[in-house]
This record gives sequence, structure tokens and C-alpha cells, in this order.
Amino acid sequence: MANGTSKPEAATQSAKVAPKPDAIDLAIRYGFLTLLFGLLIFFSIFASGFLSAISAVFIFQSVAITGILALGVTCTLVVGGFDLSIGAVATSALMLSAYVMVIWEQNALVAVLACLAMGALVGLVNGFLIVKTKVPDLLATLGMMFLLVGLQRIPTEGRSIATGMTLPDGSVANGIFSPAFLALGRHRFDFVLDRLVPVSVVFLIVIGILVWGFLELTRHGRLMYAIGSNEKAAGLAGTNVNRYKIVAYMISGVLASVGGILMAARLGRGDIASGNNLLLDAVAAALIGYAVLGAAKPNAFGTAIGALFVGILLQGLTMMNVPYYTQDFVKGAVLVVALVFTFYLSQGRSRSGG
Amino acid sequence: MQSAAAVITGIRKSFGQNTVLRGVDMTVPNGMVTVLMGANGAGKSTLVKILSGVHAADSGEVTLLGKPYVAVSPANAMRSGVVTVHQSINDGVIPDLDVASNLMLDRLAEPGGGFFLNRRKIQREAREVAAAIGLEVDVKASISDLSLADRQLVAIARAMAHQPRLLILDEPTSSLSAAEADRLFRLIDRFRDDGVGILYISHRMSDIRRIADRIITMRDGQISGTFETDPLDYEAAVQAMLGHRMTEVDIQVPDAGAAVLALNQIRLNEFATPMSMDFHDGEVVAVTGLVGSGKTQLAEILFGISTPHAGEMHLNGQRFKPGSPGDAISSGVFLCPKDRASNAVIGDFDIAGNTALPFFTNYSTLSFLSRSKMHMMANTMIDGLGIVCQSDRDSIGTLSGGNQQKVMVARWLSENCRVLVLDEPFQGVDIKARRDIGRKIRETAEGRATVVMVAELDEALEIADRIVVMSAHTMVGDHRNENIDIGPVLSQVAGKITSHHAGMS
Repeated sequence: MANGTSKPEAATQSAKVAPKPDAIDLAIRYGFLTLLFGLLIFFSIFASGFLSAISAVFIFQSVAITGILALGVTCTLVVGGFDLSIGAVATSALMLSAYVMVIWEQNALVAVLACLAMGALVGLVNGFLIVKTKVPDLLATLGMMFLLVGLQRIPTEGRSIATGMTLPDGSVANGIFSPAFLALGRHRFDFVLDRLVPVSVVFLIVIGILVWGFLELTRHGRLMYAIGSNEKAAGLAGTNVNRYKIVAYMISGVLASVGGILMAARLGRGDIASGNNLLLDAVAAALIGYAVLGAAKPNAFGTAIGALFVGILLQGLTMMNVPYYTQDFVKGAVLVVALVFTFYLSQGRSRSGG
Repeated sequence: MQSAAAVITGIRKSFGQNTVLRGVDMTVPNGMVTVLMGANGAGKSTLVKILSGVHAADSGEVTLLGKPYVAVSPANAMRSGVVTVHQSINDGVIPDLDVASNLMLDRLAEPGGGFFLNRRKIQREAREVAAAIGLEVDVKASISDLSLADRQLVAIARAMAHQPRLLILDEPTSSLSAAEADRLFRLIDRFRDDGVGILYISHRMSDIRRIADRIITMRDGQISGTFETDPLDYEAAVQAMLGHRMTEVDIQVPDAGAAVLALNQIRLNEFATPMSMDFHDGEVVAVTGLVGSGKTQLAEILFGISTPHAGEMHLNGQRFKPGSPGDAISSGVFLCPKDRASNAVIGDFDIAGNTALPFFTNYSTLSFLSRSKMHMMANTMIDGLGIVCQSDRDSIGTLSGGNQQKVMVARWLSENCRVLVLDEPFQGVDIKARRDIGRKIRETAEGRATVVMVAELDEALEIADRIVVMSAHTMVGDHRNENIDIGPVLSQVAGKITSHHAGMS
């Protein structure tokens, strides 16, 4: 500031008086949420049956697994990284849980723990590749994605896993998906209506709150944001940058495996062809989240809203008889609009404000 | 011949609600160096950007050698004879290309040039350009292999290749050593003798004393003074720039307390002479020396970023061997690094978050951060350092350079420590911010040893009880800052052989 006086009153004379919130500011902050409410109202009026508890739960259920994966990838985006392996981790968890129960004939607990451990291990390896061997994040996790997609097919020679299948050595798999495991995908809690809320939705909400709290309220979360904003400065402030980065990839891996477990529990078999769209849907939700409340950076609340936004749009359009094959187009359009919100509009804001 | 290279009348410029220039009138005469002074945020850079075609003025006129001049783009300005050397080095060079391509870049970008490159012709012309300013680099070398100072000289040489009529230099010496800066000054002298109008923007009094024929000061987007007497009245110029008098800072050198940090036969690299030095409780020591003299390496070994080639350090009498910045911080050794934009500022955080960053543990319960504790601390720091802001929730990016630097210093003053190292804490800040920071460092010096790395001797004299000179990666001088004789200090800075360290240069 060019003020000669040493009094704080200089602030009021300075040229940097905060600009009054103008139309663009409001559009950046609330534009996306307004759009969301607009959609809700539009579908409530024009799609009969949209405005009901069952429809709402259906929307949540349709985005639950994507949303959980997206919350994981949000953690890696926060530290300035990216995790392309989440989709492969989820399908690997799907195959692993089926393998553990059907072929090794173990119980649900063993299957769940095996999947979580696998997710954590993949995250650890990803993190290690990135911070120790200095492989760029996109390339390291792309390599891991390929590796996992291939690996999950080797034990069964590329076939899906189901009770009664013939194994490569000629014997028959006698294990079954335990009822406790299947309950993760099929049980519904009573809430307002009987058997309304599925387990996956509860998982989404709980995990969403946990990730949000971790990133926004704890010092660990703030340090992760600091790393994403200026890694060198965070390191020079004494932060153990490498450890936080590895933790971020481990969170991402574990959450992706949770998504895989829920998917396996819903399907009830180790289906080799499932989960093709998971990676792109999850990444899209996290990126749409940048636009929510004008954050212009990865954030858990935005990610959850991003996932819901896509779910609402698809549910509404489906109820208005828009054909299923337009879905990816719709998602892409939403993503592009959100990215314009984030990068074009907020860039203009910071220019006029600075 | 026209008497004025450029006449500027009534230039106004706003960015949104932020009015930066409020009607600037000034003249840049031919054959003279006009120094433009102004605190950070006074509008100097905006004025330069209007003249060099980066921004368009909202109103006002510029005439160049008597003809109306409106630059629509930087290339257009350059072709009209307005040549600008920008402060940021990386704006001036392309690291992946070789020196010759960089020097000839504007030629390559000109419309109507041939489609194919004539490599040999380019290299020959580049050699001529380089020779003209005494730049001794291989024109085939890649820019990324050059030192920072050489890159800066390449950027300057590139601008000089254009036969300028109005030459604008925006803090060109900020990363040059004294010898390199001197080479630049001789070059500016030559352009002045050729009758070119030169507008020179700088914070450095030593540069200004060397080069200025006239001084124009800016304050709050307006011209606040023009100084043309012989000799120039520098004090009055500083006063016009700041709105209050530059006072000599009075240093009361206290008696040194107990030794807090001891360096014992430390060698910064395998070629360096070992150095030993004690830093005492309550003492502020300025370590001065040219760019590349080893100041930053010393800061790095103190903070656990790198390890010394040989020797050991003792902190409070205990062996001190930090393995990481986190280690150093928990031992009570803090470093406020140089170059805040890349090493210190967290752009996504507000003032409070930036200040509390290294000590989040102290502001959290069971890992949950307490905003109110952070805000209390941040507000104490804002008052103590006179940080100009709306509140501690302001994003760091909305602050001016000087205020950002205050926040970075506040970060390391917010907790007590045994040793505080500040590497170039006055980099790119105006004199007022510099005084505020210096005063606060001295006020709080009790209970720790303070080490301030500064290249500018003025800054060392302003803040230190003791001035240590570094040259060729070792310490070559140690002076008490009381009735100090500048002569020997300067010759030590310049790397002259002293009796104490005879035999090394």
C-alpha cells in the first residue's frame, strides 16, 4: 500500500476496498446451487412421481458408489495429485470379495477386511511411486489402473465368479456370498417408510461427513490443502509433505475398495464386466464440485453435490422418458458447464479483485 | 531533435472498482535517466504496462517524440521504439530454447519473416547483440543451463536489440550481482549518451544514487514529486514517495547474551574454507554478501534442508543436526525463506491460515483446528506489524507485496524460538514495510538469536547489531554495527583478499 500513515485506518483509504458482491460474484457462489434447485423444481412439476421419498432415495442410491469413490479422489486432488486407479481398485475389490467368499469359502468379515487392506495397499504403492520414485501422479495411477484391471482377471482366467463355477484346476467352487455380506447391498433401513434407505446411502452420507470433517475441520486436512496450494511452502513450514501425500492416496484406495464391496454386495457375484464407468463418473463429480459455492478447488461438500447433481439430472430425465443412451452426453455437458463456472468466471473475479 | 522522448498527460486506469492511476502527468526527457520511485501499490507497474502495450489506459494521452502514441500490444510498442525490460526474469526468456533463439525471438515473431530458419545467420546476429552489451555466453547454450543473472542479462540484451527510443527498466537489478549490475549501468550510460529517454523503476537506493538524473515519485496513483536539482535530494524524494521523512534507524547495540547457536568448522561445500561463528541470545546478526556467496546455503543447513559438507553445529550447547524443516522447527530453529511467492505463500489460505501454518498443532484440540484461537493470534500479529487489510480472513492474494511479506514474517514471530533465520525478508517490499518488519524483528529479539540474510548493505546497517560478510561460501568479515567503517565491509563483500583469510579469493 502506498499509504504513508502507519495507522490501520489506511485500510479504508486503500484501493483494495472489497468490491461489493456483483452479479458475477453471486453467480459464481450460488449459481450451481441455484441450478440444482431449479432442476428439482422443474422435475417436480414436469416429471410425475419425481417428488417422493422413494425417488429421492433412488437418486441417492444411484450415486452412492460413485460418490464414495469421488470423495476419495477429492482427497488426492486436495494434495495436488490425481488418482486414476480408483475404478480399477473398486472392480478389484468386487472380484476379491467374491474370490474370498466363493473360492476360499471365508465369511463376510474376512472378505471385507481383505478388500480394505487391498485398497490401502494399492494407495500405499501409488503414494510410494509418486513421492519416492517421482513418477508423475497421472502416470503412476494410470499404470496401477492397468495393472489391477489385468490382475483381477488372472486367478479366474478372465471369467466372472459365481457359486458352482468350475475352477481352472477342474474342481467346483462351493462357497457362497454370505448373507451378512449381501445385506450390505440389499438391506434397507426403515426411515419414514418401511425399508426405505439402503445401506449404501448410509455409507455415502457417513463417509461424506467424515471426509468433509477431516478436510475442513482438522489440521491434517488444512495441511493437505496447503500442500496442494504450494507444496514447497508447506514443506518449508515443517509439514511432512510425502507422508500426507501417501495418506491421501491410501484414503482414496480404501474408499474405492468400499465402493467395490458395496457393488459386490448388490450384484451378489464377481462380475468381471461391472464398474466400467466408475472412474469417469467419480472424477466428474469431484470436478463439478469445484464449482459449488465458488470454491474453485477440490472440496468434499462440492463433490457430494456434484454427484447428486448428476443423479438428479439423470433420474429426472429418465422419468421424462429421455432415452438411456443420452446419459453420458448429459454428464459431459454438466461437467463442461461446471468447469466454465470454475475456471472462466472465477478467473475474472480474481482479476478484478486483485 | 525533440527534447522529450515521451510526454504523458492525464493517464487514468481502473481495474473494476480499484482505481490505480488517477491522472498521471510526466515527461521522460531524451538523454536522461528518469527514476520512478513509489511504494508497492503506488501504480508504477500499471503505468509501465500501459506504456509497453500490456494494458490500455482508460483516458489520457502519450506522445512519443512529439507524435501521439497508443500501444495496442507489447509487440506494437516494441516496434514503435518503446522497449521494456520487465522485473520478472521468466517473462523475458524462454527456458527451453537456446540463447540465440531467445535473443532473436522478436525477429522470429515479426510478420513477414521467412518460413525457414537460417540457424547460422541467427547465431551470428545473436553474437553481435550479446557482444554489444558485453554478455559472455555461448549463444548455442540452452537458457535453462544459465544462471539466474545470465538469464536476466539475456532478457535485457533481447530488449536492447531494438534500438529503443524510450527504454523502460522495471527493477532490472533485483537478481544481479554488483558486478553484473555495474555492467548494466554502463550500458544504460551508453544509451543515455546516445540520447535515448530512459525510465528506470527501482526500490534500491544504491541503484538510484548511481544512475538517476531526475527522480519522479508516485503515490496513490499520482505523481507526488519531481526532483531535478544537482545534486539530487534523495531524502526529499523518499519523503514525497512515503509521505513522511526517512529517519536514520538508531541501532542500540546491546551486550551479547550467551551463545545460542555455534557453528564449528562448517564447510558449505567441498571447496569452501571452514567457518566458525557464534550467534548470541538477543542479538540480531545480518549476514550479507553477493548473490551466490553462500547465504542461502547457510540458511538451508540451519533449517535441515541440506547438510553441511563438513563440521558441526551446536544449539544451546547440544549437537544440532536437523534432518528436515520439521526437525529444525521442533528444535526451535525457524526459517523465513526468501522468495515468498514460491517458498512461503499459501495462495488458497487467508491471513490467519498463512500465519498459523507451521503451528497448527498449537491451535487444535484432538486435531480439530480452532478458528477462534487462530484469529486471536492473527489479529495480534496484524496490529503488531501494521498489516494493511480488511480482516484476518482476507485471502493472502488480495494483499500488496509488502503486506504479504509481513504475514510471512508474522508466521515465524507468532511462536517463540531459539534461532530465527530470515532470508532476504525485505525482498520486493517498500521502505515503510521494511521499517515495520525491521522494527518488529528488533523489538522481539530478546530470548533468541536472530540471523538476517540480506544482499543490500543498507538493509544490514538498518537492522543488525553485528554484520557478518560472506564471500565464496565462507565468512570473511565480522563487524559490530557501531560507528562502522563501510570501506572494509564493501571490499570484503566484493571478495577482496583480507589479511584474515589471505590466500583465498
